Amino acid sequence: MSNLDVQPAPTPIRPWRITPRRVVPQIALAAAGSIIAMVVALLTPLAGFDGWLLIFVPIALVGGYLLARGKGAVATTDAMVANTVVVVAGIAFYPIISLLWTVVSQGLDALLNLNFVSSDMRISGPDDELNMGGAAHALIGTLMMVVIATVITLPLGVLTAVYVTEVRGRMRTLVRFIIQSMSGVPSIVAGLFIYSTVVMGMNRFSGLAGGLALAILMLPTVARTAEEVLKLVPDDLRSASYALGAPQWRTTLFVVLPTVRSGIVTSGILGVARIAGETAPLLLTASYFTATTFSPTEGPVASLPVFTFNLLQSGTEYSFARAWACSLLLLLALFVLFTVARGLSGRDKR
Amino acid sequence: MTDVKGHEVTNMVETQEAPSMSVGRATGMEARGIHAWFDKHHALEDINLLFPANSVTGLIGPSGCGKSTFLRILNRMHEFIPRAAMAGEVMLHDADIYDPSVNPAEIRLKIGMVFQKPNPFPAMTIAENVSAGLKLAKLKVANRDELVEECLTRAGLWKEVKDRLGAKGGSLSGGQQQRLCIARALAVNPEVLLMDEPCSALDPGSTLRIEETIDELSKTMTIVIVTHNMQQAARVSDRCAFFLADGGPGRLIESGLTSQMFTTPTDKRTEDYVQGRFG
Amino acid sequence: METALGHGTESQVPEKRTVIARASRGDRIFRRIVAAGALSSLVLLGMIAVFLIVRSGEIFGRFGFDFIFSSDWTAGAEADGSDSTFGVWAMLVGTVLVSLIAVIVALPLAVGAALFIEFYLPERLRSSVRMLVDIAAAVPSVVYGLWAVSIFSGAASSWGELLNRFAGWFPLFGVENEQYDRSPFVAGLVLAIMITPIITSVSREVFSRTPPDLVNASYALGGSRWGAIRSVVLPYGSSGVVGGTMLGLGRALGETIAVYLVLNLVFKPNFRILESQGGNVASLIATKFGEASQYEIKALLAAGFVLFILTMTVNMVATYIVQKSSPLES
Repeated sequence: MSNLDVQPAPTPIRPWRITPRRVVPQIALAAAGSIIAMVVALLTPLAGFDGWLLIFVPIALVGGYLLARGKGAVATTDAMVANTVVVVAGIAFYPIISLLWTVVSQGLDALLNLNFVSSDMRISGPDDELNMGGAAHALIGTLMMVVIATVITLPLGVLTAVYVTEVRGRMRTLVRFIIQSMSGVPSIVAGLFIYSTVVMGMNRFSGLAGGLALAILMLPTVARTAEEVLKLVPDDLRSASYALGAPQWRTTLFVVLPTVRSGIVTSGILGVARIAGETAPLLLTASYFTATTFSPTEGPVASLPVFTFNLLQSGTEYSFARAWACSLLLLLALFVLFTVARGLSGRDKR
Repeated sequence: MTDVKGHEVTNMVETQEAPSMSVGRATGMEARGIHAWFDKHHALEDINLLFPANSVTGLIGPSGCGKSTFLRILNRMHEFIPRAAMAGEVMLHDADIYDPSVNPAEIRLKIGMVFQKPNPFPAMTIAENVSAGLKLAKLKVANRDELVEECLTRAGLWKEVKDRLGAKGGSLSGGQQQRLCIARALAVNPEVLLMDEPCSALDPGSTLRIEETIDELSKTMTIVIVTHNMQQAARVSDRCAFFLADGGPGRLIESGLTSQMFTTPTDKRTEDYVQGRFG
Repeated sequence: METALGHGTESQVPEKRTVIARASRGDRIFRRIVAAGALSSLVLLGMIAVFLIVRSGEIFGRFGFDFIFSSDWTAGAEADGSDSTFGVWAMLVGTVLVSLIAVIVALPLAVGAALFIEFYLPERLRSSVRMLVDIAAAVPSVVYGLWAVSIFSGAASSWGELLNRFAGWFPLFGVENEQYDRSPFVAGLVLAIMITPIITSVSREVFSRTPPDLVNASYALGGSRWGAIRSVVLPYGSSGVVGGTMLGLGRALGETIAVYLVLNLVFKPNFRILESQGGNVASLIATKFGEASQYEIKALLAAGFVLFILTMTVNMVATYIVQKSSPLES
């Protein structure tokens, strides 16, 4: 074989790779900067993380400039921008990390009591010990209203997307514009609208009213995601179906939509993620009830966000622990939803 | 199976004299023992090739033989592909462009590139596109308008666009866009110009214009052009290098003066390919 | 002769046929159903406007423009509202002020974060960080509110105090009372933290769609990473950044719970952002709704209508800007 008379292949290298050795000055700078900042923050009134940040950022930026200087104007600017971007991103991510960390660490307290997901607050008050009462009523209420909203929104959203991408009706520009505008409707306005129609009409708060308010907020997300997904379907597929003599409705129902099944599911998931934690519209439509209810029409229904909001206003140690636990439940739900959506995305592509 | 004598052939060719029309400040370039990998896949094996100053070298070979990968290694564009790796050296001015002390952006300033698909910056006007490289590299130039005119003239586009320099780059036809991209590459005054199938997306008329441009440019710079088109290789290049993958990594089968490669190739596979029996 | 010849040739060109594709009955029904579904959003949006204005018409009829331009909110005991006065001016001022603070703070942070994720972060971390940002963008406002009340607002008030100490001569940063919590500044920062992931998420998505051709072209011209970002990514993605910002601004204008929790509602227009008083139409509605009389409810519906018009206007302007600023005409 020809391989025999060629000398053994050299090892692959990546000369462009940033090796730890090449960033020793940068690491040293970051370490020195944080130590100096820490000392200054400890010795002067500039206390805590804010103070540390206030000292560290200028040190990092000036030091970064000194390290990059001498490699030419372009390289220096590039390095300065890189340093700035990293610092800015750090500042942007810090609150997010802090929030997630606080919710997890504080929320576990109450959530680790199993009764938190199995019992409701019918006989317990917000200030009771954590081994009494729970969020079962709010969990079930949220689930009920999310299901109502999804059942209404998913068909409407998909129809809207089909109208824009498949039927390409005369009013598709208008429809897209309306959907765009709807995504800007404040959630409390959606709540007020349902209050002024459904709640005033039925003369009571209800899970149905809550679900309807959520549906208004969910529709734009579902319609726009479904539209994006349908746009990914290659035109060849439609042509192939038409060439076989299929009418448009068959092409849409049996060729186009099945190809993007998981994309449609994703649009529903993103819609649910958008509304699951909405508080303001539910305050005005579903209100709050301490016991578990399964009926969507007979009076107020609890939900996780409204329960959290009420607990917050009680303002005691135990009610805050419960509020954190509710937040943790909501975050876990979001995490599951986004993980599933990520798993589904890319399934339809080929 | 035939022995791979690529290495020896190259050495033999190197003893022949390079084209002697060195009027510009062009420099030659040399690739030594180049390998390329994408993840575990070995894409190129032991390529040794000399690019004499002011020559036009055509890289030919069937699809997937690693010509474009090789071209991208020559100006450090290879490293933008995730999980890519390489071995070997590319010498320019007696220095390896992959040396850790080298700033890749400066290398790309000296070794320009024109891509397969014309890619003018859509948000910029024609004139802005030409001077984009100067702005990117923060190069100062005394008279910008003069430089724009000069580069567009050298790229053979000036007459067609001189009255609408303020129009967006995207408003030109495909062939004009590609010549605009050439003008853009010329503005930073590169010593070497790499062209990756610059005519594959163009009509025959535009192709001819670009070939004339290449001929004109070779007076002042060293050009390496990847092409699928045998006639084009015969028309524009002084030297040729034939790549072939044959199931394994891409190898250099034969290289030398174009006239020799097309008339008296030493390797049977080269002969088959240039005569259009496969590829 | 020539004319005749010309005429002769002309008459040989056959007339164009008009091809009519008559849809099958199934298709006609299908299209009608789809159109009905699609137009439901139009009907819904119209109904929101109509119902809010009809149910609150009495308020607009009685107070006219005073409802918008006065700042007195007194709910009387009389059922016919004769001893009540309603005006949302202070709340409108507060809404705009707090949202502006939020956008001014969030925009640079979000663009920085989006660039960091797409161009500076090692590739294997990228998809996890993207998901982190997407989750943060969906975290409910009540959770942000809870975090702000218990963790963040203390720090934010101390920053406000610092700002007042060093820049208090500037009218915007002056205070009357030495109290820095529950100020528009604090509420604005909380909203900024809320909308940063939203703007980041949208901008990041657009940045990642920059055609690789163009990025390569700028590298091949000897551009640095920043050069490629400045010359290709930012011009190409600017409309996305504007779109994301407008989405964030819309969210900030309509935010209820987080503002309710960290802002001191005072019915007096206040432009001193560090002062512990401010307003926001949405949180006004949430605050007053619980104990409102029938008559006050109508005033709240009217306030909701004003907020609806405000956000719709911002949204339409935004859509227009996004369409205008898109770099590619196609």
